[in-house]
Amino acid sequence: MEQSALKTEWNVERIRADFPVLHQTVNGKPLVYLDNGASSQVPQIVIDRGSTYLEQEHSNIHRGVHYLSQKATTAYEGAREKVKRFLNARDAKECIFVRGATEGINLVMHGYGRKFIGAGDEIIISAMEHHANIVPWQMLCEEKGAHLRVIPMNDAGELQLDAYEALLNERTRFVAVTHVSNALGTINPVHEIIDRAHKYGVPVLLDGAQSAPHMPIDVQALDCDFFAFSGHKIYAPTGSGVVYGKAELLEVMNPFQGGGDMIKTVTFEKTTYAELPNKMEAGTPAIASQIGLGAALDYLNTIDREAAAAHEAELLRYATEKLSAIEGVRIIGTAREKASVLSFIIDDIHPHDIGTILDLEGIAIRAGHHCAQPVMQRFSLSATARASFAFYNTKDDVDALVNGIHKVIEVLG
Amino acid sequence: MLSVANVLYDEQIVEHSKKPRNHRRMESSNRIAEGHNPLCGDHQIVYLLIENDVIQDISFLCIGADADAAKNCAISTASASMMTKALKGKTVAEADTLFNEFHGMLTGSLDEESTPNGLGHLKVFSGVREFPVRVKCATLPWHTLRAAINNRDRISTE
Repeated sequence: MEQSALKTEWNVERIRADFPVLHQTVNGKPLVYLDNGASSQVPQIVIDRGSTYLEQEHSNIHRGVHYLSQKATTAYEGAREKVKRFLNARDAKECIFVRGATEGINLVMHGYGRKFIGAGDEIIISAMEHHANIVPWQMLCEEKGAHLRVIPMNDAGELQLDAYEALLNERTRFVAVTHVSNALGTINPVHEIIDRAHKYGVPVLLDGAQSAPHMPIDVQALDCDFFAFSGHKIYAPTGSGVVYGKAELLEVMNPFQGGGDMIKTVTFEKTTYAELPNKMEAGTPAIASQIGLGAALDYLNTIDREAAAAHEAELLRYATEKLSAIEGVRIIGTAREKASVLSFIIDDIHPHDIGTILDLEGIAIRAGHHCAQPVMQRFSLSATARASFAFYNTKDDVDALVNGIHKVIEVLG
Repeated sequence: MLSVANVLYDEQIVEHSKKPRNHRRMESSNRIAEGHNPLCGDHQIVYLLIENDVIQDISFLCIGADADAAKNCAISTASASMMTKALKGKTVAEADTLFNEFHGMLTGSLDEESTPNGLGHLKVFSGVREFPVRVKCATLPWHTLRAAINNRDRISTE
């Protein structure tokens, strides 16, 4: 808090020094990494924490009486406490470790959906969901004879809340929406979405994969019932991630998977389940990755997140201005509230050709449907190119992107 | 000096991607197959008119999200266009040989410079070999062709 009182200019060069991967050349050019929406990079302090675990603490958790197992357990459960503080959960046991947002959503589908959603019931999602927040619910609907309802969006890529209001009814059993769109950058009005669902007594899951890296998350203030995010998009290794759930819901849900660590007692006649969070975490988890996630959240606490967010907003503004000025470039997703995600197309040039030529210039972007094919269909596209910015990106990175786009147009235009 | 981008996107490739030959539906075809690359959304239909084991006519159509966006990537569009040019009038057996040579060139099992082959203009695609994720773009129409010859309806390069 003292830090934000003494708010200074965002020192991006100092921040960049924390991320070793950024300091390399690709195809003979300095790497310009603009694919943070897919995976963000990992600071040295997180890499070091993972190494320390592997060098000095590696062993299995929750079972050994020996020294290493206790060290590993302490570190793993310590990471859970860090997640609890990061999300402002009431209790660490509400933070279930999963291997990413996808697994988190599937956990809720299996644990909650398969128990409480039945034939004729309705599940509301939105038109801008990632496949991870569509397919599990579709599978559930198919299994149970429930129905999927979709909140539409306008041409700017904003959800239409009137239509949402009209979709809510006494058959609605669940609402699952993304906090921030991965394909368009739209920040959704989740407070309103949650409030309206709660009027019907309907729980809400937020897919936070794209929001957690960019903004403070307070699950109590949001009053969301579930919140899933991925470690690898928030400066931690792959294989880490969390689904938060309100304790009273997690308590009554079915376990996700069966196996070791999630039981109290097992006989061939009957198994009783462990308390939260273990009930939801069968088998040996990705211990090193989750400890890494804890270290990444520690890292975020050392930086001025408000200044980081302001820096990202400025990069988005600058990039939007620069790209809009290029003839033939069109930006997809022009919501008033956006995170630092910039989807674009170039007339008559396929996004994969854009991606390949930019790669030859050392610039990493995402090209494709972004695991959000319905979003592409909504805009009558098969794919877009997407630049997504993190707080370690610079205006020079944007300038490199702009030069790269000119190169694309020169080669293929 | 030519940049790497210019080598990959050879002049002929760019030209064919902008003005694809034989890009049309063929009502009289007797073999059709649909090819799809789920990675990038490339989606093509290959039409064949085969008589007495000879490819009398061949065409293809790129399928997009809508009419305006009916465009696949430059590599797959150019590859389809040049494939149709190369195969018209060839026998099925000759087409099969060319498939193997093209595939071999892109996967590295055929050195198109030292081994005799019938690739001709298709050698401009040799640069794609250096871009493993794009090899599937170049081979999509060829896999689709093979499916059409064998009368398999759908092919995926996933």
